[in-house]
Amino acid sequence: MSTQPASQGEPVEIRAGKGGPIKGRAWCFGDGISTDLLSPGQYAVDSLEVRKQHTLESVDPRFAAEVKPGDVVVAGRDFGCGSSRETAPEGLKALGVACVVADSFARLFLRNAVAIGLPVLPCPGASSAFSPGDGIEVDLATGEVRNVGLGVVLRSEPLPESMRKILSAGGMLAVLASGRLGRLGAEDDGSRAGAS
Amino acid sequence: MGMTLAEKILARASGKDRVAAGEFVVAEVDLAMTHDIFAAQVFDHLVNAGVTQVFDREHTVVVMDHLVPPSTEAAAEQHKRIREHVARFGIDNFYDAGSGICHQLLPERGHVWPGMLVVGTDSHTTTHGALGAAGTGIGTSEMAYVLATGTLWFRVPETIRFDLEGSLGEQVAWKDVILWIAGRFGSDVAQYRSIEFAGPAASQVSVSSRLTISNMAVEIGAKFGMFAPDEVTAEYLAGLESSGVVEGWQQRFAEKRVEADSDASYLALHEVPLEQIGPQVALPSAVERVVPVGDAVGTVIQQAFIGSCTNGRLEDLAAAAAVLEGRQVDPGVRLIVAPASRWVFQEALRQGIIEILADAGASVLPSGCGPCFGGHGGLLAAGERCIGTHNRNFVGRMGSAKAEIFLASPQTVAASAVAGHIADPRELLPRSVRSGAPRRRAREDKSVYTASQPG
Ligand code: SF4
Repeated sequence: MSTQPASQGEPVEIRAGKGGPIKGRAWCFGDGISTDLLSPGQYAVDSLEVRKQHTLESVDPRFAAEVKPGDVVVAGRDFGCGSSRETAPEGLKALGVACVVADSFARLFLRNAVAIGLPVLPCPGASSAFSPGDGIEVDLATGEVRNVGLGVVLRSEPLPESMRKILSAGGMLAVLASGRLGRLGAEDDGSRAGAS
Repeated sequence: MGMTLAEKILARASGKDRVAAGEFVVAEVDLAMTHDIFAAQVFDHLVNAGVTQVFDREHTVVVMDHLVPPSTEAAAEQHKRIREHVARFGIDNFYDAGSGICHQLLPERGHVWPGMLVVGTDSHTTTHGALGAAGTGIGTSEMAYVLATGTLWFRVPETIRFDLEGSLGEQVAWKDVILWIAGRFGSDVAQYRSIEFAGPAASQVSVSSRLTISNMAVEIGAKFGMFAPDEVTAEYLAGLESSGVVEGWQQRFAEKRVEADSDASYLALHEVPLEQIGPQVALPSAVERVVPVGDAVGTVIQQAFIGSCTNGRLEDLAAAAAVLEGRQVDPGVRLIVAPASRWVFQEALRQGIIEILADAGASVLPSGCGPCFGGHGGLLAAGERCIGTHNRNFVGRMGSAKAEIFLASPQTVAASAVAGHIADPRELLPRSVRSGAPRRRAREDKSVYTASQPG
């Protein structure tokens, strides 16, 4: 398993929480995008530089070459299903993807994405609200997802503040390295987080 | 609306009165375990981040179980690094090579209690649901975070319930029941869900067999796989106290005991009719490719394996010995036994079980994972077949990607080792009952399954 400290990677600009929404273009994918599609097994031993070039290549061969930092991946149900690989969110993050918004996520992908600092937002209905290239704004703090062109706003349950802090720090190892330990527990979240 | 076991445990651990499925919480972890495959990396992360202490030394457990004893220089170096980390962080609950498999040691050495939230850098951490704990696997970055902060985020899972009804037949094991469930409901049925194993027959299941079932809950996707703590659990904990492993079990049990509310909400309820379940076999190379043993009988094997965190316990070795007593392993078969812990090995020695196994022709490995994950101690060549009591039969799991792995109960594996091909343990009468009938000859390989499919 390659768990590179987030501090070594190219820091992706993350405007979580008070920093305002993420703004970019939407790349649209369907249901059941697996970790095999995100991070094909045959490149498992290659470097992140090589691996990221194969992200989603069998679904959209242009993706790795044309995705721009700040773009947002919009997908259907069960995004990131399949075997647990930290390399799956790592590839997206390394390509500069600012956020993945999906109708739903597979458990391990969601865990790994937060662990390595790739913003994710489960937002039921997102996949049918966007076409490729649409302008998209994602506010991780409020859970609002906006189709800029259509003026449509989807509201989803934001991730709890504790998880957003991990994301904005760049992942769990970055949180540890920052020395801000033990501050993500009950006192931050209190009974507010996710209680709604 | 009431709460399920998973909801109760996550509510308590996150300091809330109630939580509901779908909610995210930050919870305090009660017990964290890492083993020799990942421990060095986890502690490296901590050192790199400047962390000098773990959140709770009493509830951090490090186990050397996969690479024991080291069979390569690299493995030995890795163990050495882990020992250095263990000394640096002052981890008292350190089980060095030969102590046993993590998922055996946690319940055997009194680390797991009902109601606990347990995380491990191992997918089979669901095992600890057997004692009514919410146990689940996490990644190495996450474990570093847990060891540093004692907290982790969780999404509260929906729960599905399997109600065990009726009673088990002769030579049928609870392993057969979890295999049957995997075959019947598929490997996705519990994806991201918690399972409660309940129903009138749950009280018939020993803790040893509960560990087997909860262990394999992850093979059908589960995040947790739990039995509500009951009299069986209480008796087990009392036993740990009388053998000097724990103290004050009654009080701790009363404090931590959890039950699902009667009006808890379940995503699905499934009945498991035990009378209809005979010995089962999972065919290569997916755990859900399960057939009644009769459909696989006659498949020639070269190796039989009894061990792992699924079925390497005393009860399992005893069940295998009952089949093997007075019999000989077929000359074409290597029978490998790996007791799940040193204590299991010692008990099996005292009870004469090891002698029976050795007399039958078994090789006994040190207590650890052995060949379960293809590390060492019983790998397979191309074209070979193994039937084992472990939990995964994926392509390449035990050596060659061209080998085939079948999963079954200890009884079925023992009967197959004697026959030289997959055999129904119900057809092997206890030795004392058998007349001097000649041994059945290995039938021709029927190849009832197609060659293994990758992935
Ligand atoms: S016995 Fe097998 S499944 Fe269990 S922890 Fe060891 S390698 Fe993993």
